[in-house]
Amino acid sequence: MIQFEPVLTKGIGKVDLTNIDVYEAQGGYQALRKALAMEPQAIVEEVKKANLRGRGGAGFPAGVKWSFLPNDGRPRYLTVNADESEPGTCNNRTLIYANPHQLIEGILITAYANRITQSFIYIRGEFKRGAEILMKAIEDARRKGYVGQNILGTGFSQEITVHRGASAYICGEESALLNSLEGRRGEPRVKPPFPAVVGLYGCPTIINNVETISNVPHIIKNGWEWYTKITANPDNPKSCGPKIFTVSGCVQRPGNYELPMGVKLRDVIEIAGGLRPGRKLKAVQPGGSSTPMLTPDHLDVPMDFESVAAAGSLLGTAAVIVYDDTVDLVDVALYWARFYSHESCGQCTPCREGTHWLERVFTRIKEGGGTEGDLKMIADMQTQMAGTTICVLSDAAVAFPASLLKLFPEELDRYINRVKEVRPA
Amino acid sequence: MIEEVHPPRWPETCKDEVEAILRRYPEGRERSAILPLLHLAMREREGRYIAQSDIEAVAEICGVAPSYVQSVCSFYTMFRRQPVGKYLITVCGNMACHLLAGGSQLVEHMEKTLGIKVGETTPDGLITLEVTGECLAACDLAPVIHVDTEYVVKVTREKFDALVAAL
Ligand SMILES: NC(=O)C1=CN([C@@H]2O[C@H](COP(=O)(O)OP(=O)(O)OC[C@H]3O[C@@H](n4cnc5c(N)ncnc54)[C@H](O)[C@@H]3O)[C@@H](O)[C@H]2O)C=CC1
Ligand SMILES: Cc1cc2nc3c(=O)[nH]c(=O)nc-3n(C[C@H](O)[C@H](O)[C@H](O)COP(=O)(O)O)c2cc1C
Ligand code: SF4
Ligand code: FES
Repeated sequence: MIQFEPVLTKGIGKVDLTNIDVYEAQGGYQALRKALAMEPQAIVEEVKKANLRGRGGAGFPAGVKWSFLPNDGRPRYLTVNADESEPGTCNNRTLIYANPHQLIEGILITAYANRITQSFIYIRGEFKRGAEILMKAIEDARRKGYVGQNILGTGFSQEITVHRGASAYICGEESALLNSLEGRRGEPRVKPPFPAVVGLYGCPTIINNVETISNVPHIIKNGWEWYTKITANPDNPKSCGPKIFTVSGCVQRPGNYELPMGVKLRDVIEIAGGLRPGRKLKAVQPGGSSTPMLTPDHLDVPMDFESVAAAGSLLGTAAVIVYDDTVDLVDVALYWARFYSHESCGQCTPCREGTHWLERVFTRIKEGGGTEGDLKMIADMQTQMAGTTICVLSDAAVAFPASLLKLFPEELDRYINRVKEVRPA
Repeated sequence: MIEEVHPPRWPETCKDEVEAILRRYPEGRERSAILPLLHLAMREREGRYIAQSDIEAVAEICGVAPSYVQSVCSFYTMFRRQPVGKYLITVCGNMACHLLAGGSQLVEHMEKTLGIKVGETTPDGLITLEVTGECLAACDLAPVIHVDTEYVVKVTREKFDALVAAL
């Protein structure tokens, strides 16, 4: 079994890292001290060289995103995306509930590096306790002089505001999140302009996922070279660093497992206890509900952004959902269809209508009333819904149905054929 | 829908908290306080729902029209417009819990134990049962439920019955 010394989750479950003294005893806030003695630009360069890729799903290099902030005198903001709502994804919850100071230290360093004085953490409404944990941690950090005015006597100041959402999947999309934070309906905005240029209150804004920001203190503390060496697939220098994989579904020990980027899918499933006795692997969604399926042929695919894409799917949030041979993938399709039709914000016709159609088609198929025409409709939907809308929720909604049609047509045929038997020609 | 006609008391009783919320956002950005104020209003109202008078109070504090606050409020599932019981049990209805870890059978058991259907409140007003389509981000601990946003994980029938008995 693969061995890995955890970085982001070190100490979790053993010591109480929500206690600031414990966090400091583990070396916490040392990276902040080191950063505050550096030139801000040098920190951005360090993160760029480390090639820290966004952990919120799209994998955009964080340091590159930071260097897009225009220098035009407008205030700048940092917003941490703690909306964690992609089904199957749970690592932000662990990082917030069990290691809040790591996130706060990451925020402070990121804000200093980008000359930002006000940060927001947008946290999903259901994480009420998580919001309380963060607010307490911020106050504890303030007492130690890490938050507020003139931090550690360096002249750098920072306020961190925790802002709770109120349950809407779409608010995790960064521009919807900004609207929500501004007190509007959480509807996505047209991009570009990207938030880096026109973000919160029309000002340059960095948005990064909780896990992305939680990596920052470690990069500053240990250097970019150390960071780039953390990988199980050295052949691909484009993805590196520790990554928390959430393994759920048909495995014996579902859980959050911190592993190096590029670890094989096989190892991820094995570390989660493998399948239940007597069961066979049917399919895996490697990065949440919006990612196409991988099959048992893909067990040796390295779990990094490039390799998973080459295998026909996406690493996404590394929410590995495992389906064994007892699972009816048409049930899965129906679940996702219901989910997306409920969560579409309704601004774009292809998404609003398309997600409803998918739900109706899969309901019909599941109830035995599906026809050949329905299969064609699913195929057509792919071209009509993907790449035609304001945000990629619409693309996400067709990803699973498309991969079902492509990889497991027999699962659908089972239902379609039954209709033929009932109504012989 | 139950409507509260009188102005709510929270803008007075929670004055300090309201001011602290407003201070968190830059000047001229009072709209940002709408979500936090709606959360506060809901917390302060027994039955934890948002009444029309709350919407009006939030609108006044933020300097916007009540219809604007109403349109924001209606976007978010957590801002309920109907009262709930003393405890709100929210069952995760997403993949890992509901389909792959037996959550759907568990919901049937919960309905039987409580003697109500999903979406209803027990006659004594103690418990409301709901199922959310959103994943509660604890799939590693499936099946999960929230009791007023506190996680109860790896729920079994026995665990659920014991929990209800203790409420
Ligand atoms: N974590 C979760 O719960 C969920 C995650 N997702 C993930 O979200 C991803 C899609 O997210 P999007 O934000 O639409 O992806 P995107 O590719 O548009 O953007 C990724 C990040 O890079 C930035 N960016 C990209 N090009 C830029 C440019 N030219 N200038 C400045 N900044 C630029 C964006 O602002 C954003 O922060 C999917 O891959 C999916 O896996 C989807 C649903 C839920
Ligand atoms: C429908 C939708 C939902 C999203 N939800 C989340 C989310 O809950 N958390 C998150 O970090 N990113 C989410 N994203 C991605 C964000 O838009 C954005 O890419 C990310 O926060 C950037 O941070 P990163 O570069 O650190 O990954 C979502 C995207 C879409 C299209
Ligand atoms: S694609 Fe769907 S969720 Fe995204 S903006 Fe359009 S309607 Fe809303
Ligand atoms: S599916 Fe229930 S918590 Fe994710």
